[in-house]
Amino acid sequence: MIEIKNVYKSFDDKEILSDISAVMETGMTNLIIGTSGSGKTVLQKCMVGLFEVDKGDIIFDGKNLTNMAQEDRKELRQQIGMLFQGSALFDSMTVEQNIKFPLDMFTKWNHQKKIERVNDVLERVELTGTNKKHPAELSGGMKKRVGIARAIVLHPKYLFCDEPNSGLDPQTSMVIDKLIHEITKEYNITTVINTHDMNSVMEIGENILYLYGGKKEWEGSSKDIIFNKNQQLNQFIFASEFLRDAKDMRMLEEKGIVDNDRNMEKIMREGGANLLMNDDDKSE
Amino acid sequence: MKLFSNIGAYLLMLKGMFTKPENFKMYWKELMHQSVEIGMGSLWIVTVISLFMGAVSAVQTAYQLVSPMIQKETIAQVVRDTVILEFAPTLVCIVLAGVVGSKIAGELGNMRVSEQIDALEIMGINTKSYLIGPKILGALITIPLLVVLAMVLGIYGGRLASTLGGILSGDTYDRGLLINFFPKNVWFALVKAYTFAFIISSVSSFFGYNVKGGSLEIGRASTSAVITSCILILFADYILAFFIL
Repeated sequence: MIEIKNVYKSFDDKEILSDISAVMETGMTNLIIGTSGSGKTVLQKCMVGLFEVDKGDIIFDGKNLTNMAQEDRKELRQQIGMLFQGSALFDSMTVEQNIKFPLDMFTKWNHQKKIERVNDVLERVELTGTNKKHPAELSGGMKKRVGIARAIVLHPKYLFCDEPNSGLDPQTSMVIDKLIHEITKEYNITTVINTHDMNSVMEIGENILYLYGGKKEWEGSSKDIIFNKNQQLNQFIFASEFLRDAKDMRMLEEKGIVDNDRNMEKIMREGGANLLMNDDDKSE
Repeated sequence: MKLFSNIGAYLLMLKGMFTKPENFKMYWKELMHQSVEIGMGSLWIVTVISLFMGAVSAVQTAYQLVSPMIQKETIAQVVRDTVILEFAPTLVCIVLAGVVGSKIAGELGNMRVSEQIDALEIMGINTKSYLIGPKILGALITIPLLVVLAMVLGIYGGRLASTLGGILSGDTYDRGLLINFFPKNVWFALVKAYTFAFIISSVSSFFGYNVKGGSLEIGRASTSAVITSCILILFADYILAFFIL
């Protein structure tokens, strides 16, 4: 579990994060969402210690990162895996060398054992047989999967993903989301994902933190998001008409107004939003 | 103001390098890799420059020493001393500031921009000691060796140009090399080589490591690294000459 307590962060005179508090649960996919410039990446970089917070605490299972000695911080970081937006694979190394690198640095295993572990994680991310390829020979989705493999090779307790779907097609994005979600459950790790992707929010958002202008605007799950009344969040999540319609449909389903195609004719005729409004009015 | 903050950041970067390696074997591997990259990667350009600077030095000295009062051996003496005292350490290091410095700054800048440095930090690796340390040590090992090679090749280039151009015979040149030879000059050249090697590697690492932005900034960092290294080399050259000679 990662606890964020009253975190503030500024660059020069510009306040980027203001009084952010949240809890990232173990065994869950915790999402940080928000518009560009809302402070998602800064918050994540503060959480992993790449940026120092101005004020507040970041606590990893009772250990406070903000006042940790350098050696303890290095030790903690060995329990953290991170998938970067651009994958951040080492260009000059092969896939195998990239994944083996943390093992070379932090374990005393023999070569055979390291290769076995590399092959295990490659199999887990469905990239068996790509050991000798260089990052330049891989597609965007494959790079992300190699990034995930490298992040989990040391059995981390915490997994951070910075916009794992950026630059990927919707189908590949879903594969990556599913993989991250499965890994989170399988290894019972605390996963924190920065994302813009609405599919990710709805599919794997078990605990969602919405930032707006450097402040925590909303917190909940993907189910809660459907019924949220926060104007900023609704504008962000349901930005297009298509998504607004999809939201209305989901709300009708959740409220039991529609459960199959029977009522479709009525919805088409009267509009989902009107039905919902009438339904809300009735309940009031 | 920015100059002082850069100097402060540079000193902090150097201080940050001195930590216990996470894995000595990996650091050693990186040191060997950097030594080969810096040393072998610059070998051909140092060879070409050294031979020609010695040759040009011999031809121009002969052109200027036209008085019958001056012995022919003096040409070899002048070539020897200019090559050892100035050309081999300073000229070669200025070239190396371009070759090695831009490579170091570009490599680190690219790693910074593509978040590879962040990835290493997240793993719990001290990137200053793992990425910069081996580069500085590698430069300190190989650049003085390149300078020694440049001295030998420069003097040999002078001999080649003198004999092929009919300026003086090989025997006369060899005799001239032994007249008034001060071993202190070689020692002085090596002090310069170590100083310049440190300047090239550390300054270039500083500019590359602290790149902010994209590919345009990587190019700018490489240019700044080369320019700053060259200026500091010339400044250090003057200071060392003033105090040691």
